[in-house]
Amino acid sequence: MTPTNTPVETTESRDLRKIQVRDITKHFTVAGERFEALGGVSLDVAENEFITVVGPSGCGKSTLMNILAGLEEPSSGTAIVDGTEVKGPSPERGVIFQQYALFPWLTVRDNVEFGLKTARVPSSERRERAQHFIDMVGLSDFADSLPKTLSGGMKQRCAIARAYAMNPSILLMDEPFGALDALTRVRMQEHLLQTWEQDKRTILFITHDVDEAAFLASRVVVMAAKPGRIHRIIDVDLPYPRTEQVRLSDEFTAIRNEIWTSVYHQ
Amino acid sequence: MSADPTVEIAVSDDTTPSPPTDAAAPRRRPVPALLLLNIATVILGIGLWWALSLVGLQIPGPPEVVLAAIDLAASGILLQDIIASLLRVFTGFLLGTALAIPVGFLMGWYTWARGLLEPWVQFFRTIPPLAIIPLAIVLMGIGEQPKIFVIFLASFLACVISTFQGVVQVDKTLLNAARVLGAKDGTIFARVVVPASTPFILVGMRVGLGSAWATVVAAELIAAQQGLGYRMQQAQIYYDLPTIFVGILVIGIFGFVMDRTLLAVEARATQWQERR
Repeated sequence: MTPTNTPVETTESRDLRKIQVRDITKHFTVAGERFEALGGVSLDVAENEFITVVGPSGCGKSTLMNILAGLEEPSSGTAIVDGTEVKGPSPERGVIFQQYALFPWLTVRDNVEFGLKTARVPSSERRERAQHFIDMVGLSDFADSLPKTLSGGMKQRCAIARAYAMNPSILLMDEPFGALDALTRVRMQEHLLQTWEQDKRTILFITHDVDEAAFLASRVVVMAAKPGRIHRIIDVDLPYPRTEQVRLSDEFTAIRNEIWTSVYHQ
Repeated sequence: MSADPTVEIAVSDDTTPSPPTDAAAPRRRPVPALLLLNIATVILGIGLWWALSLVGLQIPGPPEVVLAAIDLAASGILLQDIIASLLRVFTGFLLGTALAIPVGFLMGWYTWARGLLEPWVQFFRTIPPLAIIPLAIVLMGIGEQPKIFVIFLASFLACVISTFQGVVQVDKTLLNAARVLGAKDGTIFARVVVPASTPFILVGMRVGLGSAWATVVAAELIAAQQGLGYRMQQAQIYYDLPTIFVGILVIGIFGFVMDRTLLAVEARATQWQERR
């Protein structure tokens, strides 16, 4: 049914070498002044892990994501995914942008098929795969609609379907729900977790929202600025599926507070 | 078209799931009222013109102009002039646009092309196309070439600038989105840059056609053996005011129709745009 190659989950065979970030630095020179976006970041991520990265603005979290996506090059250090060094973008690493980045002249279906077309997937298979992921994100009724007719949350779900359709082993999400209102954001979080539990991928999710970071992840990476670096990594020992009960539990509040303190009193 | 409520619940949808029909419906102004006002103002204008011609201003009234138009049409001269003018416009416009679009893309996509071409485009843009006519006539004679060349230049310059701007303004996030979906430069160009800049190209074509039409008439005023501009020039010599009026009206009507046609094409081709 699912046209993916996701392996069956082997309990706690946590191989932390899905993503290996090794001493990455990144600096820019803006108007003659050197700005250190990342000053030596190392991180290991396990297969099918859901990691959130949270931190104040200027901590380099988006830069880190762009480097993993292959859209930016590090000044030094390496990013290794599945044992190969990242050099340029690849459909293996799906990216979800805050601004949705849907092609406005294409319908939901054509957006989802974009990458498949590029990869020259035959049209019948393309259709089928696109339909599967459109159904998965609940946009079946809007498959032939243009993006301009969709709400922000629906646009982002379309972008998620588009990324999933490429069958990436990693999803990189750069504040994907940042532009949505609070209620929609909560629903999108639950929906994303449902999707992820149906079809597991390694997800690196960037946010500046502490609640969001705690609710989604099994590990929260807290970053600090000047220079951008990892401040702490906090385990979220709460069971999936995460429901509203989890969100309202004392354990969740405790972890959330711990992350909050770690972000705002560095 | 209505959204299936069970689906919405199943995926815990957004707060405002809007069926496509709702959001897709463009906000229309109340058309009938607007149209009535349009018709009223045309009638009022013609009435004013008629009144002015009756009070003794040295201009022909609507009946004389209509009679002159019928005369010109019956003798076949009007049609012949219209065809001559339109042929020049379309030849020059098509050549100009056909060159402007690739050149505009080159300028927008490659820094070297921009560096080499932009100064020339900007320089020639400041010269009214009509100012080229004396040079064109000296170099190309008084046949069709100088007129078509000037029209070509006018529509090329209008279209190349907006194509170039269209390519430059393509959202960088869309380019990145295509890259992470595995698209290489050629695919990005064909499937992202071209569609994203289409609205700009169409605006450029509209401006180009407008300036081509304005240029052809003026070019014919200077040197031609037929065409709407030539006919008006001849009428001027014989103080034939009704014919001049027929020329002005025909030029205006054709210009209007061409503009509206391209506007309709534009509206269709850029339906996907979010309009505020």
